[in-house]
Amino acid sequence: MKQAKVSPGYHIAVEKKGAEHWHLKLSGSVSSANSSRFLTDLTNYLSGGPVKDVTLDLGEISYFDSTAAAVIAQTRLRLEKQGSHVRLTNVKPAIQGLFEILNLESLLSEGDRLIEKGPSLIALLGGASLNFINDTRFTFAYLGDVTLALGYAFRYPNKVRWNDAFLYMERTGIEAIPIVLLISFLMGFIMAFQAAVQLRQFGADIFVANLVGLSIVRELGPLMTAIIVAGRSGTAFAAEIGTMKVSEEIDALKVMGLDPTRFLIIPKVLAALITVPTLTLMSDVVGIFGGLVVGVVFLDLTPWGYILQTQRALDILDVFSGYFKSMVFALLISGVGCMRGLQVEGGAQGVGRSTTSAAVSGIFLIILYDALFTLMFNYVKL
Amino acid sequence: MGKTPIIQVRGLTAGYRGGVTLDNVNFDIYRGEIFIILGGSGCGKSTLLKNMIGLHDPYRGQVLIEGKDIVLAEGKRRLQILRKFGVLFQSSALLGSMTIAENIALPLQEYTSLPRETIDFLVRMKLNMVGLRGYEGYLPAELSGGMRKRAGIARAMALDPEILFLDEPSAGLDPVTSAGLDNLIVQFNASLGTTMVVVTHELPSIYSIAHRVIMLDKRAKNIIAEGVPAELRDKSDDPFVRNFFNRQVGEGLSV
Repeated sequence: MKQAKVSPGYHIAVEKKGAEHWHLKLSGSVSSANSSRFLTDLTNYLSGGPVKDVTLDLGEISYFDSTAAAVIAQTRLRLEKQGSHVRLTNVKPAIQGLFEILNLESLLSEGDRLIEKGPSLIALLGGASLNFINDTRFTFAYLGDVTLALGYAFRYPNKVRWNDAFLYMERTGIEAIPIVLLISFLMGFIMAFQAAVQLRQFGADIFVANLVGLSIVRELGPLMTAIIVAGRSGTAFAAEIGTMKVSEEIDALKVMGLDPTRFLIIPKVLAALITVPTLTLMSDVVGIFGGLVVGVVFLDLTPWGYILQTQRALDILDVFSGYFKSMVFALLISGVGCMRGLQVEGGAQGVGRSTTSAAVSGIFLIILYDALFTLMFNYVKL
Repeated sequence: MGKTPIIQVRGLTAGYRGGVTLDNVNFDIYRGEIFIILGGSGCGKSTLLKNMIGLHDPYRGQVLIEGKDIVLAEGKRRLQILRKFGVLFQSSALLGSMTIAENIALPLQEYTSLPRETIDFLVRMKLNMVGLRGYEGYLPAELSGGMRKRAGIARAMALDPEILFLDEPSAGLDPVTSAGLDNLIVQFNASLGTTMVVVTHELPSIYSIAHRVIMLDKRAKNIIAEGVPAELRDKSDDPFVRNFFNRQVGEGLSV
């Protein structure tokens, strides 16, 4: 019995001598482009039950690449598992050479792949706990490092890399001015507008100035500025340090005897410490101005009246408390950003994760500390 | 070895940021040969390679792959050309978030419709070929530089490309592995007729694998020598070329 099928590129001729011996003559070229059809065809031809002897004649193959070799090897493996004896004949030197570099014999002798087992639940739990402990330890060590390095920087200011610090001041500060001002203006504007609708009912228009002034200076100014900086710069710090970690630059610094904390982190922390409170002050002024616009345009207040009312509402301590808070926020943002960078493991994905984490934990810490400050200031009657 | 050119570089002028590193370079690479690009650092080897594989566009000139200009080809036609390429980058450029096996399976999954099983088998075959059996589940970051390089070669060879570009394949490998890799290149070339374009400095490997070399020079911004390495070493008119081959051999022996 003979059958043959022509497919693009190759040709399989099958000669079946009963159920004892099948002879498959392959010709043409098999490559990655047609190998999946080749596999299907070959499987179909050989599907008729167990055969004692199968001969694959490769004599007229004109091109044969490693996908084809894989198909042949797999077919052979399958047939041998069914108890057939498989023989390759007329293997040209080129194909033989290919079989040799692919080292198929050793692969075939391995038989089935070892089934990979995932770690057990206890191992997973243990791993997670260890990770947690390590993370906590790292956080404390990091806090210590940064505190020491900051102390060192204040003691020996000429040892600080001021050029870097100025660069980061530009990045976190000057470049953030437009967005901070715009958002603060709109915050003041929105708040004044919402308040006006309510206060108007009681004829208390002028108190819009109190509300806007106090909430901007005490809460929203520092908070919004910090959140913007966390999103703009905290993430940038994490990505920058993370990429350096991945490409072994941090290791290189360590080996050169340069402390990465002092070298990379302190300039960023100092820059944030100077720029965030400054941005906050700008934000305060512009936020109040946003309220003033509403007061003048929609409530028919005079600008001077609005300013006077704001002055009466605000105490210098309010401004100081906002300023102090924003300094703490600056430490949190830059500290957590750099820490996430140092924690990067692996490659590009690790950097991505650390950047996300820098934004999330930065904003979380800002809000958390803001809540703590609110309680604290309430007790000390600030 | 057939004498039909598979890559033709015509009047290529290229560089970075407006600077010219290669000025009016012309050469052919024939089908099935192992072609080596040599030269000191900064002479434009990598620039040349990047222009040949279509990552950078030259200022002027053509790169013809089987007669089709890769610079002008776009969309589907460009993909058809790229399909013929396998590239090993200097830094291996394995995808860091995928295991070694997934890295190698990636082109196979994209360009063939082979069943999962067969792809797995192929991946194991390729890893076996470069001596990395057993490292399927590792992430690139967990391997040594030399291992990453070999995994990169396995990925470049995954689809048995017609043309294989190898950027410094043996940099960072120990001599034994490096010799094994040379062997692999020669065998692969012999059994599949793959054209190999190799950028390398390793003189031992140049002598053992090269069919033909070109040497680029920084000042000339062009090819200063072309031919068979042993002949260049002994017969070149250019003392710089003779030195390059001889001096490095000397150093190689004394180390």
